[in-house]
Amino acid sequence: MSFSLFAIQMLNGLQLGVLLFMLSAGLTLVFGIMNFVNLAHGSLYMMGAYFAAAAYVRSESFLIAALVGIAGSAALGFAMERIVASRLYARDHLDQVLATFGLILFFNELARWIWGASPYYMNVPEALSGTINLLGISYSTYRFAIILVGLLVALGCYLLINKTRVGMLIRAGSSNPTIVAAMGVNIKMLNAAIFALGAALAGVAGLMSGPILSVQPGMGEPILITAMIVIVIGGIGSVRGAFYSALIVGLIDTAGRAFLPLLLREFLDRATAQAAGPALASMLICIFMALVLALKPDGLFPVRNR
Amino acid sequence: MKPLRISQWVAAAIVLLLALVPIYAQFAGEPFAMTFGSRVLIFALAAISLNLVLGYGGMVSFGHALYLGLGAYAVGILAHHGVGSGWAQLGVTIVVSAIVGALTGIVSLRTTGIAFIMITLAFAQMFYYLFVSLKQYGGDDGLSISARSDFGLFTLGSPTALYYSALVLVLAALMATHRLVNARFGMVLRGCRVNERRMKSMGFSTLRYKLSAYTLASVLCGVAGLLYGNLTGFAAPAYLAWTMSGELIVMVVLGGMGTVFGPLVGALVLLISEELLKALTDHWMMVLGPLIVLAALTARRGVYGYLLDWDAWRARRQSGMRDGS
Repeated sequence: MSFSLFAIQMLNGLQLGVLLFMLSAGLTLVFGIMNFVNLAHGSLYMMGAYFAAAAYVRSESFLIAALVGIAGSAALGFAMERIVASRLYARDHLDQVLATFGLILFFNELARWIWGASPYYMNVPEALSGTINLLGISYSTYRFAIILVGLLVALGCYLLINKTRVGMLIRAGSSNPTIVAAMGVNIKMLNAAIFALGAALAGVAGLMSGPILSVQPGMGEPILITAMIVIVIGGIGSVRGAFYSALIVGLIDTAGRAFLPLLLREFLDRATAQAAGPALASMLICIFMALVLALKPDGLFPVRNR
Repeated sequence: MKPLRISQWVAAAIVLLLALVPIYAQFAGEPFAMTFGSRVLIFALAAISLNLVLGYGGMVSFGHALYLGLGAYAVGILAHHGVGSGWAQLGVTIVVSAIVGALTGIVSLRTTGIAFIMITLAFAQMFYYLFVSLKQYGGDDGLSISARSDFGLFTLGSPTALYYSALVLVLAALMATHRLVNARFGMVLRGCRVNERRMKSMGFSTLRYKLSAYTLASVLCGVAGLLYGNLTGFAAPAYLAWTMSGELIVMVVLGGMGTVFGPLVGALVLLISEELLKALTDHWMMVLGPLIVLAALTARRGVYGYLLDWDAWRARRQSGMRDGS
């Protein structure tokens, strides 16, 4: 195995990692602050991808597609929070799981109804369609752009949460929402805004993955389950933890997918190894999570002062 | 005079109607009623097992379909290798479900709340991917079961035998649940749901009780999977999918979790509404989804739970009137 192949796989892992981070940041904020299990977060990602793809087909402009995708999923997230989620904050996790499970069924069928069951393809924008030379390794410009966008989003999240007034309110809300409300902050609007922000990030993830994956009903669930694993490993409520564990999970998953079949081929025949590799890679993440939880039930980077 | 218990009458009526389904199917010439009835019973059995964990133990397992899949694959894989004996298949199902249940249970039960939901989901996904990767057993496409379980005296290839086996198992499971939750074991389990720390400080090794309940439920659900494999003649990774686990949760909550009879009612209500909606529109899930959301928002006690509440209210009123006179 050559060095460049290894480096490309690592970059792919990084790219998957930042995509996972964009999904898990919203999830972990909503978990940590509102104590809400949002299984329908994957639906926001899917709808974001559909909005962007539909806008791209009509306008041929990636910029407009991006705006439509992000704004659309943020608006959808806001509506979801006001209509369903906000009524369930005080309930136990079971009711939340049930309600968001119902939402997933609804959104998947809605997408099938509007856009059909067959996958929707979105082209890579012209300006990003080539390859880029990184220290002698040629790598897809678009995937590199995803990494950059993801890192920018992560930086933005860090600055927003740690350096701004809104971020201070978010942190305060996560440790004691009642007191924050008593001090005159409109906690309802704050919650809705956080939910919408998480939805917008999911929309960014959906938009960015549109050109590399096919946009289809149900595309949100596999990645949502991985994102859930990410936030459990990272420590629920911790955006920093979500960032690190998203990168770890992205690298493990990609490395598993790329190298396990090669490894298996040593003692299995080619076809079996090819089939077993991706499945084993997916299992690898679950095993990793089980291991982390068995050793540190609060995750790798638990939120302090709770 | 003791007031008429409406919930008991409803339960008796449902059981009676279920027992008569094969006769109706025979005379009306509607084999669909048999298949549908069997599906209801099998899912009821799975939901009853989940209810033990979810309703009485307070453990929100989002991976219960794992055991449904294990049961179906036990039939499929053994039949694939020419082992058609139902007893052998049943034995393998029980042993495998118990081992998987106990091992995943030990790890999962270290966590609570959302982490427990996620880790049970992750284990189910793990086995889902495992079966997808097993190309010799059909992989993604699933494994068709050529010969149904043969129990010597009867074979599950006969729809009537399958139906009544499922019915007998459901009734036995209902009876067992009733006995279990009112016994010491069930009391401790229900205590854990309400306040585990208190149970611990009273000296109960709560993990042991929860793990036993979890393992027991896994085995029962594995048996439901064995029946399901026989019903559909197929074992597919989709049986372990997280949507299946979600549907089982919906059944338990819809019927009334933490009530003995609730899961059966929930399975009936969910599967019948699915069939009705399917007849109405192709996009039936767009209707079912919001209905589930609505149920989660409002109907917290479940259909059977509300019947029990009604009975309790009537009994209170009755005794109040007696005291007043």
